[in-house]
Amino acid sequence: MKKKYKMDEIDCANCALKLENAIKEVPGVSNVKVNYMMQKLTLEAEDASFDEVEKNVLAVCKRMEPDMDVTAI
Amino acid sequence: MSIKLTKKQKKWLLRIVLGAIGFGILSILEHTGVCEGDRWWIGLIAAIIPYLIVGWDVIRKSFRNISHGEVFDENFLMMIATFGAFGIGEYREAVAVMLLYQIGELFQNYATGKSRDSISQLMEMAPDTAIVERDGETEEVDPDEVEVGEIIVVRPGEKIPLDGEVIEGESMLDTSALTGESVPRSARVGDLVVSGCVNGKGLLKIRTTKCYEDSTVAKILELVENATDKKTRVENFVTRFARVYTPIVTISALVLAIIPPLVLGGGLDVWISWIRRACIFLVVSCPCALVISVPLGFFGGIGAASRIGVLVKGSNYLEVLSYVKTVVFDKTGTLTKGEFRVSSIEPAGAAQPLIASTSDDPKITLLEMAAYAEQYSTHPVSEAIREAYGKSIDLSRIGHTEEIAGHGVLASVDGHQILAGNAKLMRKYGISFSEEEQGGTVVYVACDGTFAGTIVISDTMKEGVPEAIRDLKAAGVAQTVMLTGDNESAARAIAGQAGVDRVYAQLLPGGKVEIVEKLITEQNGRESLAFVGDGVNDAPVLMRSDVGIAMGLIGSDAAIEAADVVLMDDDVRKISKTVTIARKTMGIIHTNIVFAIAVKILILILSVFGIANMWMAIFGDVGVLVLCILNAMRLLTL
Repeated sequence: MKKKYKMDEIDCANCALKLENAIKEVPGVSNVKVNYMMQKLTLEAEDASFDEVEKNVLAVCKRMEPDMDVTAI
Repeated sequence: MSIKLTKKQKKWLLRIVLGAIGFGILSILEHTGVCEGDRWWIGLIAAIIPYLIVGWDVIRKSFRNISHGEVFDENFLMMIATFGAFGIGEYREAVAVMLLYQIGELFQNYATGKSRDSISQLMEMAPDTAIVERDGETEEVDPDEVEVGEIIVVRPGEKIPLDGEVIEGESMLDTSALTGESVPRSARVGDLVVSGCVNGKGLLKIRTTKCYEDSTVAKILELVENATDKKTRVENFVTRFARVYTPIVTISALVLAIIPPLVLGGGLDVWISWIRRACIFLVVSCPCALVISVPLGFFGGIGAASRIGVLVKGSNYLEVLSYVKTVVFDKTGTLTKGEFRVSSIEPAGAAQPLIASTSDDPKITLLEMAAYAEQYSTHPVSEAIREAYGKSIDLSRIGHTEEIAGHGVLASVDGHQILAGNAKLMRKYGISFSEEEQGGTVVYVACDGTFAGTIVISDTMKEGVPEAIRDLKAAGVAQTVMLTGDNESAARAIAGQAGVDRVYAQLLPGGKVEIVEKLITEQNGRESLAFVGDGVNDAPVLMRSDVGIAMGLIGSDAAIEAADVVLMDDDVRKISKTVTIARKTMGIIHTNIVFAIAVKILILILSVFGIANMWMAIFGDVGVLVLCILNAMRLLTL
């Protein structure tokens, strides 16, 4: 399943790149895109484990960008 | 360009201004010698205050990141570089590095916001509400809630929220948001209209044919938003480069600070000198300029294309399009209108007129004969002839009619035997006739066994096609090719008028894929092939080609889905413009990458030899960043 989130706000293109690479490492993530220009995160993972994966991904976001709010759209 | 800052950016700017004032005070103090000798602490305090005002968040972030093992972070590098500068007593440089770093970051933030806005303007075509007629009453609802087959009301000046068919009313539609075309299009009962257009002066009632999610406007927004998600080759290069560049430079800085003074020996001066060089390394180690210029550039390029009514579904297609060397066109619907028209009527002299014609003009007599003979035929050619004749048909004049499959018709008109069909029909009935070599479909007419003349029916070429082909050549496309299922002579005629280089005629749909595959293998290196088509049967070819370009208006959904680029107003002249935009985008991105890497490496080399100073390093970081952003932003005004 695929879910999109709004990021408010990721400050630099390099930060977005690093965040994307970090999320890719989260087990269960089949695909992730951090779109700096649109301030949008697109997460893809298996339906069964999605909630678990989402929780871990949001934790990574919190760790890497503590000032950033991530909300599902 | 008006400058509007968000609340966050205003606060950011305020800190920068305060920091700059502090920096000014520090400079005055240093120049007037207030903080020399015993009073060195005055200078330190005067430096630390603006430094903290400007850079407290950088320091906070870097400590936080170190705590979870994220070391090579630009915040950390900035902190180390400025701490180093403090350590060797260069207070002004320390403050300046932090100050300019923040200016660069703010500028980056502003620039991306600005280009996001330019895409958001496109988003304005998204409807907020739809007025739907339910049980005889109208109510305003979210476009999402309207179902297929419901009746929506669009008042003058409102946006059409969903795709549908006009069932009542008449109006002119402003399609500029979709097509970039400012000429309004008329909409009448029975016309299909697409969402995103703005209704003109008339009230329209529309029966929806699609739900909001599948409507044109929703699809376009989805496409544009996700366009920069697709990774390009150049982006992958930058990502890989950034991954190794920063650690290498940081480690080199460490080596530079420690090894030479140890090897060379010497006092504090030597250490300070090498630490200064190491700090310069740290300042230029951030790959920001490189990383930002790629998405910003593509964003600008996709925005520029969408402003002329061309949707590019991903940055990667813009990249491929910039290398396009061969453009392959499908004939019908792409280069031609797909409408058959009588293009020439050639009566064969003396045999005329055998039937009691309503006109003295032999041409009209010939047309009349054919129109009467073909009255009961539903073939597009017959329809074209009847349309060209234009007058009503007196059915009492027609006797027995017989359709001979693959040949034509045999009919009795006013008691005369009329034959109308292809050359095979003439031969079958042993009629001596002169074969036409003209392009198009040729209909031979014979009356009572005597050849009466020919009528040529051809597809008409779209407006601007020769110009489009010329522009493509001018834009650097090496060859243009036309593919068609039509016969050779019809194909040659259109190809000649259009000016395409190569023609492949009488192809079956599968044959188009084969030809495109063959043409792809003829290309060298990065050269790419674009295919332009519109029909359902073009979908496999659109997918097989390097870049598939579909017609947005007449194109079938399958073609639009399969394509990588969509021409919203079907204007083939936009192809060369899009190629130009693609080339400019790639040019700007490549310039930025080369410029950023070159400046950084140059400064690194100079600093090893002690030639570069901290100010050059700041230019290498912030200056390059700002220049790259400004360069990329040129695309927004393209």
